[in-house]
Parts: sequence; structure tokens; C-alpha cells
Amino acid sequence: MPTVTNARRQGPSGAWLVGLALVLSALFLLAPLVLIFVQAFAAGLDAYVHHVTEPATRHAIGLTVLTALVVVPINVVFGVAAAWLVTRYRFFGRRLLVTLIEIPFSVSPIVAGVIYLFLYGAQGLLGPFLQAHDIQVMFTLWAIFLVSLFVTAPFVARELIPLMQAQGSEDEEAAITLGASGLQTFLLVTLPNVRWALLYGAILCNARVMGEFGAVSVVSGNIRGQTNTLPLQVELLFNDLNTVGAFAAASTLAVLALVTLAAKLVLEARTRS
Amino acid sequence: MSTRLLDAGRARTARPLGLSWSRSPAWRRQRVLPGFGLTLGITLFYLGLIVALPLAAMLLKTASLGWDEFWRLATSPRALATYRITLTTAAMATAFNAVFGLLLAWVLVRHEFPGRRLLDALVDLPFALPTAVAGLALVTLFDRSGWFGSVLAPLGIQVAYAPLGIALAMAFTSVPFVVRTVQPVLEDMQGELEEAATTLGASPWQTFRLVVWPMILPAFTAGCALAFARSLGEFGAIVFIAGNLPFRTEVTSLLVYIRLDEFDYPAAAALATVLLAMAFVLLFLTNLLQSWQLRHADRH
Amino acid sequence: MRFKLVPALVGLALATSPAAAQGADTILNVSYDIARELFAEVNAAFVAKYQAETGRAVTIDQSHAGTSRQARAILEGLPADVVTFNQFTDVQLLHDRGNLVAADWQARLPNNASPFYSLPAFLVRAGNPKDIQDWSDLAREDVAVVFPNPKTSGNARYTYLAAWVYGLEAFDGNEAQVRDFVGRIFQNVPVFDTGGRAATLTFAEREIGDVLVTFEAEVLSIREEFGEAGFEAVVPSVSLLAEFPVAVVDAVVDRRGSRELAEAYLDFLYTPEGQAIAAGRNHRVHDPEVRAEFAHRFPEVRLVTVEEVFGGWEAVSAEHFASDGILDQVFVNQ
Repeated sequence: MPTVTNARRQGPSGAWLVGLALVLSALFLLAPLVLIFVQAFAAGLDAYVHHVTEPATRHAIGLTVLTALVVVPINVVFGVAAAWLVTRYRFFGRRLLVTLIEIPFSVSPIVAGVIYLFLYGAQGLLGPFLQAHDIQVMFTLWAIFLVSLFVTAPFVARELIPLMQAQGSEDEEAAITLGASGLQTFLLVTLPNVRWALLYGAILCNARVMGEFGAVSVVSGNIRGQTNTLPLQVELLFNDLNTVGAFAAASTLAVLALVTLAAKLVLEARTRS
Repeated sequence: MSTRLLDAGRARTARPLGLSWSRSPAWRRQRVLPGFGLTLGITLFYLGLIVALPLAAMLLKTASLGWDEFWRLATSPRALATYRITLTTAAMATAFNAVFGLLLAWVLVRHEFPGRRLLDALVDLPFALPTAVAGLALVTLFDRSGWFGSVLAPLGIQVAYAPLGIALAMAFTSVPFVVRTVQPVLEDMQGELEEAATTLGASPWQTFRLVVWPMILPAFTAGCALAFARSLGEFGAIVFIAGNLPFRTEVTSLLVYIRLDEFDYPAAAALATVLLAMAFVLLFLTNLLQSWQLRHADRH
Repeated sequence: MRFKLVPALVGLALATSPAAAQGADTILNVSYDIARELFAEVNAAFVAKYQAETGRAVTIDQSHAGTSRQARAILEGLPADVVTFNQFTDVQLLHDRGNLVAADWQARLPNNASPFYSLPAFLVRAGNPKDIQDWSDLAREDVAVVFPNPKTSGNARYTYLAAWVYGLEAFDGNEAQVRDFVGRIFQNVPVFDTGGRAATLTFAEREIGDVLVTFEAEVLSIREEFGEAGFEAVVPSVSLLAEFPVAVVDAVVDRRGSRELAEAYLDFLYTPEGQAIAAGRNHRVHDPEVRAEFAHRFPEVRLVTVEEVFGGWEAVSAEHFASDGILDQVFVNQ
């Protein structure tokens, strides 16, 4: 039990509050994380290595990383463009545009899967056209990329917009007036000011892409070693009665989550200094 | 003096008349920065392709049902039960996070203790951990043979496969919202007011209630609204722990999924449209709350 | 560096996408939920045998889920070369809704295109504490029953129909009483999972319910998997013949040029080797020698068929499974 020292401004109930917060966090936030690793290593280190390097799981890890490599850069470009647009210019329909950017953030991932099914599925809006040209989107990697793009579209823009709004555009205007090109202005003036927020947005986007379950499970064909991302592989192994394997796969995602948290800590330290 | 008036007058008319802005001085000042066409093009193209087009496909599908059919599907007894369950469990989760999130924010800002930075980082775990993994871990903790479930079961408390489990999964995935909205406001608050209140003889509780609470209320409300919105849309964590019982533990997004599997596309489209409408309403409300919060922050 | 990587990765994505890259050396078998272990073993044996006979190294990809979900995915474009389902209706759907399978699919292979069969049976906890012997026990108020969602799982639709068969016999065909009886069984179900395997997990791992109703093949396999001490198998007095139909998806194999491999794969299921694997995984088979070899595993049971009781699958579909049919009334309006 950690003791409370050196309270900044502490009433008589301070120790109790800190204790309560720590106990609740340990039970509610830490326990699930610990459980994943306990279960993953329940059958020993060898079994763990065996499960993580099993071909289908390895393929799922590869596919998950591939999806992130495709989706994150695209959404970074989009996020930067969208943030530049809505914070640097005033134009008709700006608020509507901001709302449209935020929709994927507040809509259920199942709805994300459903709308893509209704667009690209054989029974969907574009289905007859796609079939006539022998183009398959649903149940392929393309569908996984597309729903992942949808689900994480707002992540970078959401981090950038408040910051760029607060910073204003005086610096950039000065640079342009002094004869810098648009690209130079962006790279040398804007980017250094927003780089940590941009990176933070990219990290959040990456975490969500790798972990997305609902939307991907609607549009993936559940083909072993083909269209199973890691979260789907976790579910599949669990249904295979392979609890240790499921938690081993889950632990790779948990490690990823810990890396994300660590990256965030580093970023925060950077922004503060 | 006269030019200032003129500028003010132009600015006033330029805003509502969207078409005339290109001639206003305000606009010309903005246009100093290049890239309007490029960023507008990228944003509209991308949003159109990735967000608007698929949404339109679904709304088209729903529209083809006709109003009567849509209403019948969207208000079937089983659908109504899912709305009730989703809303009540999301409310339970939000209530829990209102207390737990406020406690965490308070402790993180106002107290120094070993592991504070670590706890601060841990708060973001639910955002970083995939929801399906969270769901799997929670159900393994809380089912009858789990670490917590085996303690709770003899007490007659069932969490897994009960509404409580859904609320738990929702609460886990939305913890950071309340903490992260309240935390900065608490950090920015100057201590003078509180010190003054204490000097004047107010008890800690009175100080909190009369001085701190009114200042953090807008941020707190906005955080709760975000947590509630997130809970309504949660799926990955819930499927593992809910148990799929129609009329008892079935949330709306799960019913959409089941309707899809049953090949009942009209029902899936109708229910998904209801979810989309809920998301819109909540987005609208949270935006309102956030602008209230911003105005409130400006005043202080 | 990243910008060089992206096109390369997109290329890789194209190359690994199932629609684009598989030659005729890879086929996708889309199957029902609890056949995971069965086809893992079948595929390994088939690949070895096929390579020995033709010199070609082939790959069989697998997908498992509730069969109605699988049929829908195929209609939405999942490129299945063969389907190995557990119910006539889901294969027929591929013909009726998408014309993906030829009308005569059931006549193209022996035994109604079903290489093996099973029946709904019960798995109870050790010592059978609730003394569950027959369908009537499932309707008792003190019994919690687990089986999957009959709207998504062919497995659960057999359970529903088998309970109906028992009810018809017990109540002399009085439909109101049968409906009430089946309704009481449904009321005893605490969890409706979407697939057969999820239901098994609910019963065996999560320890929910007093009895799991699923295919005999799953009942026996789960006893082996979890150790025989934990569970007991119970075969009811009467059950329903559950044929597991297989078919080549004509539209897909003709497009991909995989017909020869797909047909060889399905034929393999009828060979003594294929039959022995199926029987070893607790499916009942037709091959007389394999049947005799595994006879000790399968108790005698009185099996009726859908044709005998309901007048065929089309009648069942129209009367029971259609939207707002009897199943909907029993299941949804419980």
C-alpha cells in the first residue's frame, strides 16, 4: 500500500481519496491488463512463444501492421489538410464540415461496417457495377482498409484543430509576406508548432486501427490466415477453445497498448519542456 | 474612428452572407495563406469518398423501406428493448465514470503521491487497449470462475452476461473522457479563491461545492456527455460480456449485427439509421456543451 | 522511406487478397462453426494425398461461423469455392438468392450430397445432477438450456425442429400444445450465441446452463476436449437426422478455374480415408466398413427426417423459418 507523502494541498480526507483512487484504478484498470499476461503465460514461456509465432497469428500480426501502415499516413495527410482548411480560412459550411469530420468518432463501429456493406457488398449500391467489372471489395483487405480509414478519419484532425485554432495564423502570414512559398511555410512554420499534437494524433489513430474490432468483423470474411486482423484472431482462437492462444494474441495487442502509453508519456514530457 | 466602424459593419454583413465574403477585407486577409483550394479539395474528396458516400448508401437503403416499414422495424418490441438496455447501461456507466473520473482528475491534480505519473498514464489505457481485448479480459475476470466473479457470485452479484457487465464494459472504455476534460480545468484554476474561502471559514466540502464545483461543471458535463456517447456506440468490449439475451442484455449495435447475420437487411438498415441519428443528436449536444465550456472558460 | 513502403505494401495487399491472387491451387472452404477441428484434419490429409497423386501442392483456406452468416457472406461476395454446411436451406439459399450453385446440387454427390451426418444431442454436467434424459426435461422450470440463435445457426434450427418432433409425438399433433412446449424450452435459454461453438464455450468454459443442445459430433468431441469427467453425453429418445450437405459453388469455381480441385476435395470426403477422419471426429458416416469400426462410439437412436415429419425443407422454411413464421413467434415473442 503506497503511502501519501508531500501532498500539494491536502485536506484531511486527502489520503483517503488517494487510497480510494488507487484501489479502484488497480481493480478496474490494472487488473484486466495483468490478467491478459497471466493467462497468456499460463502454460509457460515455450507455449507462449509457440502460440505467438503460429502461422495464422503471425499472419494476423502482419495484416494488422500492414493496415496501420496504409491507414495512418493517409489519415495524417487528411487530418493536416482538414485542420489547415478549417482553422486558416472562414467559408460557408465550415461548421458543417467540422461536424462531418467528427461523425466517425461518435458513430458505432458496427454502423461503420454496415454502411460499407450497403455500398460495396454484392447486394449493395455499387454491388452490380463491381461484380460486372469483377472487382471484389467486401471480405478482402480493401474492405478492412476502408472501414479502418472511416473509423479513424477524425483522430489527427481532432488533435490539430484546437491547437491550430489557438495558435492563430499570424506566423504563417508573416512568412508568406516575407516571400516564403506555401510549402516552405507549412514545413518550417506550421509543422514545428504542431508536430507533437500531430504525432499524438497519429499514435491514437494507430492504436485504434490496430485494435478495431466491430467494423472490421462486419466486413472481414473470417478466412483464417487471410483476412483476420489480430483482434479477430483473438476471437477466433477463443472460439477454437484455445484460451492460451487467444490470450497470447491478445497480449501482443496489450504490449502495443503499453507502447502507445509510453509514447504518449514521452510526448507529454517533450511538450512540457 | 470612421474606418473602424466601416470595418465592423462589413464584418457583420460578411459572415451571414456566405457568397459575399470573397470581396470582404476579412476574407482577403485570410487568403494571404495559400492552399485553400488544395486543402478544400483533399478534405472534400476524402470525406465524400470515405464518410459521405457510404452513409448515403445506407440512408438510401433505409429510405427505400418507406416510413411505415421503417417505423415498424425501428420500434419492434425487441428493438425498443435494446434502446432501453443501451440507454440505461450507458447511463450507469456514465454515472460511475462521473464519480470515478472526477476522483481520478482531482487526485491527479491536487495530490502528490508515489506512482502519480504512472496512474496518469494508466488512465489512457482504455483508449490504447483494443476493445475486444478489454472485453475478453473483463469477462474472464468477472465470470463465475474469474478472479472477481468468484468473489461476487456467492454474494449474488452477477456481472458477466448481465446488464451490469455491459455497463462495466462501457465504463472501462470511456474512463478517460471525464478525467481528461476535468483535469486541465482543475490545473488552470488559481488557488486564491479556494484559499479565500477557507480563510473565511468554509469547510473543505463547502469550498468544493461553492467554489470548485461551479468552475468545473461545464467541463465535467462535457466529459460526461462524451463518455455517454462513447458508451452508446461501444461494441467490441460488450459482445464478449453481454451474453446475447434478447430483451435482457442485447444492446442496439449487437442487434444490428444479429440482423445482418440473419440476412434481415431492412431491419439492420433501420436500426443502424437509428444509431446514426442518436450519434448526430449527441454530437450536436456535446458541441453545444463544449462551446458553453469554452465561453465559461473565457469568462474566468 | 515510408512513401516507398506504401506502394510496395499496397502491392502486397493486392497479392494476398483472396479474390485477386489465388490460382487454382488454392480453394476456400466456407464451413459451419463447430467443424473447425474436423476440417483442420481433413485439409491436412487431403493436401498430402493430392500432392502424392498429382504432384501439385495446394492450399485449403478455411472460414467458420454460423452457416446462415456464412451463406450471407457468400451472397455478398465472399469467394467460397466449396461450402460444407450443416443444413440444406443455407446451400439452397445460394441457389435461390444468388444463383451461385446449380439447381441440382443435391443430386451431384451421394447421400443428398451429405458425406456425413449427426443429430442434436445433449451434453450435461458430470453426474447429470438435473437428471436430464429427454426433450421433456428441457421444458422443466428448473433447467437452464444452452443452444445458439436459431436465426443464425443451422445447428440450433435442428434443435428447434427436433424439439418440435418430440412435441408432435408427445401431444398427438396438437399444434398449440407443441408450440407452448417448444416455447417453454426457449424460455429456459439464458444465452443465444450466434454460432454453435460460442454456445459450447458458454456452457463448458463459462459454466452457464444445465444442458447444452448441439450436434452429437460436438457433444462427443467436447467430452474428449474437456476430459470425460466433467461432462456426460445424453442421447434423447428421438432426434432428427442432421445431414451436412456439401457443394461446389459453381459461380466461383468457374470464375477462378478451381472446379477440378474443388470437386476432388469434396470427393475426398466420401473416400474411406475421409470418412474415417469424419468418424474419428465423431460424425456418423455411411461407409459400411468405417461405420463398423466406429460403431461403439455411436449409440442406437431413433432418427426421423425432415421429409417424414415436415414434408421437406421447403415446407419447413415457409412454415417455420420465414419471417414471422412459427420460429419467430416462439423465439422473438417469448
